[in-house]
Amino acid sequence: MSKNKPEYLINRQDNQYEVVIGLEVHAQVTSESKLFSTSATKFGAEPNTQVSLVDAAFPGMLPVINEYCVKQAIKTGIGLKAKINKRSVFDRKNYFYADLPQGYQISQFKDPIVGQGKVILDMPEGQKEVGIERLHLEQDAGKSIHDLDPKNTFVDLNRSGVALMEIVSKPDLRSPDEVNAYIKKLRSIMRYLGTCDGNMQEGSLRADVNVSVRKKGSKEFGTRCEIKNVNSIKFMQMAIEYEANRQVDLIEEGQTIDQETRLFDTKKNETRSMRSKEDAHDYRYFPDPDLLPLEVSDDFIKNLKSEIPELPDEKKKRFIEKFKLSPYEANILVSDIETSNYFENVIKKSDVKLATNWIIGELFAALNEKNLEITESPISAGNLSKLINLIKDGTISGKIAKTVFEQMMQGDKDPKKIVEEKGLKQESDPKALEALIDKVIDDNRDKANEYKSGKVKLFGFFVGQVMKVSAGKANPQLVNEILKKKL
Amino acid sequence: MSNITKQSLSELVENIKNKKLSSSEATKAFVERSEKSKELNAYITEDYTNALNKAKKFDEKPNLDLKLPGIPMAVKDLFCTKDIRTTAGSKILNNFVPTYESTVTQNIWNEGAILMGKLNCDEFAMGSSNETSFFGNVQNPIDKNLVPGGSSGGSSSAVAAQLTPITIGTDTGGSIRQPASFTGTVGLKPTYGSCSRYGIVAFASSLDQAGPMAQNVKDCALLQEVISSYDEKDSTSIDFKRNEYSKELTKDIKGKKIGIPREYRVDGMPKEIEDLWKKGIDYVKDCGAEIIDISLPHTKYALPTYYIVAPAEASSNLARYDGVKYGFRAEGENLIDMYEKTRSEGFGTEVQRRIMIGTYVLSSGYYDAYYLKAQKVRKLIKNDFDEAYKKVDAILTPSTPSSAFKIGEKTNDPVSMYLNDIFTVPVNLAGLPAISIPAGHDSKGYPLGLQIIGKAFDEQNILNIAYAMEEKINFKNNITDWWIK
Repeated sequence: MSKNKPEYLINRQDNQYEVVIGLEVHAQVTSESKLFSTSATKFGAEPNTQVSLVDAAFPGMLPVINEYCVKQAIKTGIGLKAKINKRSVFDRKNYFYADLPQGYQISQFKDPIVGQGKVILDMPEGQKEVGIERLHLEQDAGKSIHDLDPKNTFVDLNRSGVALMEIVSKPDLRSPDEVNAYIKKLRSIMRYLGTCDGNMQEGSLRADVNVSVRKKGSKEFGTRCEIKNVNSIKFMQMAIEYEANRQVDLIEEGQTIDQETRLFDTKKNETRSMRSKEDAHDYRYFPDPDLLPLEVSDDFIKNLKSEIPELPDEKKKRFIEKFKLSPYEANILVSDIETSNYFENVIKKSDVKLATNWIIGELFAALNEKNLEITESPISAGNLSKLINLIKDGTISGKIAKTVFEQMMQGDKDPKKIVEEKGLKQESDPKALEALIDKVIDDNRDKANEYKSGKVKLFGFFVGQVMKVSAGKANPQLVNEILKKKL
Repeated sequence: MSNITKQSLSELVENIKNKKLSSSEATKAFVERSEKSKELNAYITEDYTNALNKAKKFDEKPNLDLKLPGIPMAVKDLFCTKDIRTTAGSKILNNFVPTYESTVTQNIWNEGAILMGKLNCDEFAMGSSNETSFFGNVQNPIDKNLVPGGSSGGSSSAVAAQLTPITIGTDTGGSIRQPASFTGTVGLKPTYGSCSRYGIVAFASSLDQAGPMAQNVKDCALLQEVISSYDEKDSTSIDFKRNEYSKELTKDIKGKKIGIPREYRVDGMPKEIEDLWKKGIDYVKDCGAEIIDISLPHTKYALPTYYIVAPAEASSNLARYDGVKYGFRAEGENLIDMYEKTRSEGFGTEVQRRIMIGTYVLSSGYYDAYYLKAQKVRKLIKNDFDEAYKKVDAILTPSTPSSAFKIGEKTNDPVSMYLNDIFTVPVNLAGLPAISIPAGHDSKGYPLGLQIIGKAFDEQNILNIAYAMEEKINFKNNITDWWIK
């Protein structure tokens, strides 16, 4: 791996600036019910149909912790190679808003459930470690809908009380590309663990992005701005780019940067001030007296550790060592749990090298074209495996296999059947091939004579003719051998 | 049967079980007396018709194995009752009708009791005289224009005036014991975690505890037995072995060690209270208990600690009353304006004062100096009790530093009002059980109470001591029915 790291720097006349980025990712915990109530969490339900008395903060209603969400958070912590805190505390974060029924969000402030950890990024120039500061559990708020009525705001509380994990990174990221890799890796780990589906369109994964800049080589951090609630990687990258340049311009003009919270306007591709430090809310955090401190035993954590599946980093290592894949191939195949599952299912009964090439090449291209996820692939792992075996045992050529593959993409069909029905089986009977070749030579007597008199380039012409006559089914290797003899 | 309303709970239960009395007769008697007692203003919401119907239904197929068979009763309006308006004494919940039932009231109905109505209380249980209620003052049946105590003032008044044979209140800093003391009745604040808080309008979550109020110790024990239960819906509910308090009640307290904390001899305490305490000490001695002087050195910090912790929690607990989802809403220009108008018009002065104090002590820059320090002192106060209980089984103190005061006497002096809780708040801060029993009268003939504080989960012990003392004291309430024309 190369050590020459292409740095992401912002250049101005005499100065080069480095960008320092930290992320606060809000990941929705995969769970049937909410963090402190039994209401469902299904996405896309009719407004206010998944709201309990607790979620709507009726008088006298009390939160009761959902043990499953606690387990999910601890599993995620284990996946981030982080310290699990056996004692954590739920605090109230107090502020008024129409979609916050309690008037406070239950979160963890001083004592989070998960402490420091790390995430390894595979960058083109090599691996990079990003520190995790903490992970804590908290409730999501409801949703205010401002555009249904000119005067009124509507509130949907379906999301109110849904469990979120806030994962705070250290300010270790240095470029939009690293942010991209970090989010993808985090998402991948959580999807392996089954703790967050990572669906950014549905809002299961969103992030607050902290950006500051400093002159290259400086050890001091610059003043940071927080860009709130960005919900796609592309927007995060655009926001960082805009914000870093804005800060650099201010510094170049001799101005100072105000620590503030900013919003990213996706239409104008710019960030703008939401509130300054002076206007920052005083959230009056204090331990929620309705909940006792959350205490988990060593055994509880041990049991969860035993449930942790092989994670992408370990899987990558195994793929490289056991299957002799290149790091590039392994990275692609482990990036997503579904892809790696698919791959492992295919190679259960077929050749690894061929399978790797077919999945990364043909299958990904075909899925991309149709805009499908691997889970939606029209070709099952079992049938792809069969196709690869047909190639391997010489039943069909690689070229014919592509035709069969196209057929399979139309609907999952056994490749053997396609080969039989369409008569695509490779012709490997030497007698039949001889007859075919004799006819081709007969039909092209003049060219055969030219070949014999030394025009060896014409060999290719004869191969082509044989393949054409056989509709591509002739075994190319045998054709070569027989042709050489006959000519 | 005549004089039904003069009967204690135990007598009513016995008579109903022996079929000498029907639930309908009992309910009718208490409803009629309640109707004649409107001047006391003990009720916020009456549900008499339903009560009479339920009693009739009970009589058709009486289940006499229940602990409260067909017993009519009214409850403090801080308990959410399904389909019956629940106001917490506030304008902001004036129109609020819960679709759910609190665990404590559900336990009561499960044992056969019948709801007659909801009793007046200080707004969100914030007060010591029932004068902060949006629904007006409550009269103490002891004397006209005398406060019944608070915040469970409607409850104490109703029990003392025999509008209900028993009732339940809530106690955050003395709200059961102080009104019991002011009305010559018995009130128990159980150990924190004994009675579920589910469905009780919250004031200060780490201090709130529901408890029984009755005319005598035995009735109190029976009701405690009914309402106390482990409840998974309340994360602070504690799963401990609960006694059958009324069955296990005994007057034998021989050899019990009773502590007398020297720090409860506060400056300016009336001689009458001092004398009452001495009398109390004599009574327990007569019962064969041993008196031991103890020290609870952090007692003087209890009141300031309480008035930081309770408002802090209240300021957050009451944030949900914002006009958005339920309850009172004032129209506003925009969201913020609506919030401000709703909460300014919906909450009374005392509630607003405590929300402001609570917001202040939690705000950044003040949190460490107030809230955090108060939490530390709270721990010291608890440690004081833990130390004391190495030497004694229970602690005897006066319930209040004075007898009931006049309506309006302290409304403009909140600090003097807060001082009324001086003997009761340490118990809430430490999460301990304590009972107030009537023990005598002052020179005006107003009742005075003594408080017995127990170890955590040791309700049986303080009920036994109270039961033994009750016999010796032989207290008689002087109630003349002055309000009935």
